Amino acid sequence: MFYTNTCSPVKPGSGHGQPDHAPVGRGEQLGNERDPDAVDLGEHVPGDEPRALLARQASTLPRMSAVFLVLSAFLASAVEMVEALTIVLAAGLTRGWRSSLTGLAAAVIVLAAIVAALGPALTVVPLDALRLVVGALLLLFGLQWLRKAILRASGRKALHDEDAIFARELAEARVAEHIERAGIDWYGFTLSFKGVLLEGLEVAFIVLTFGSTQGSIPLAAAGAAGAVLLVAGVGVAVRAPLARVPENTMKFAVGLMLTTFGIFWSAEGAGAHWPGSDAALPGVLAFVCVVSALLVLALRTPRMETA
Amino acid sequence: MRFLRFWWEFVVGDDMLAAACVIAAIAATAGLAALGVAAWWLLPLAVPLVLYVSLRRAT
Repeated sequence: MFYTNTCSPVKPGSGHGQPDHAPVGRGEQLGNERDPDAVDLGEHVPGDEPRALLARQASTLPRMSAVFLVLSAFLASAVEMVEALTIVLAAGLTRGWRSSLTGLAAAVIVLAAIVAALGPALTVVPLDALRLVVGALLLLFGLQWLRKAILRASGRKALHDEDAIFARELAEARVAEHIERAGIDWYGFTLSFKGVLLEGLEVAFIVLTFGSTQGSIPLAAAGAAGAVLLVAGVGVAVRAPLARVPENTMKFAVGLMLTTFGIFWSAEGAGAHWPGSDAALPGVLAFVCVVSALLVLALRTPRMETA
Repeated sequence: MRFLRFWWEFVVGDDMLAAACVIAAIAATAGLAALGVAAWWLLPLAVPLVLYVSLRRAT
């Protein structure tokens, strides 16, 4: 349902650069009720281009964007869930599974409430404004990920090590005071709850921003849910931190994706028009990949000389 | 206050200069676009520079 192609006869200059993939629902909501045929006829209705175009393109989400959307949500969620799993395991093994799993469930409920509350709210924001704000946020957020990933890849920052984090969490949890409330160890509950909530907030942020801007929160949520189920399934099976997951590589990939989407959407939201519209997205991604690789090499060189 | 600090660190992180430069680049893009000048190239140019400066400051 997200891949139907609706090519509208938009004349040049009348809303060009507007998204080809307006969300289902958003377009209907923003639809131009006064003159629904204006865009079909290629007529220019000042001030109504985005609304009319969105109405025409309500069911469109290009396949490429959908793939990026699901992949980004999946990768980001997988990385965060691997980290959350380490904390839940540490809490469960040291403070009892009941407390740890109760904390996990409480955090999941809070995260679901946040997504359920903010998701519909974001759909009423005009798409250009949403893309500007979300694009800027993603760019700021993505640059943080990318900067850390480049520092790790170049050897300037210690690699993320789930085994070491797990050992540290275990040591701290073992010596913490035991306070029981309603049959639940408070430390174990809090450790699990905070761990899952904080890691999950990043996932919720990515799902909401990617999903709302691309017009499909359910599709982004599906990517995230797939990662959660996969990580949870493997975690239950092995009952150990997923140290073999190429977490640092995945974090690099997420940083690249977030930065790419941030550049693309914030430019569109600011009123710029990409050559080739959505087809420019892989080009931006390739550019960000090349720049990042060069920066890794540039930062590696001095260290190799001193070694 | 802790709530605001959490969101500030969540979004902006530890390099406020980089965040300010990104916002300035987006504003410049909007300014160029408003003048009718093609502005899509500005962010792909600015982001690597911001990233480079931010990495240099971090190392």
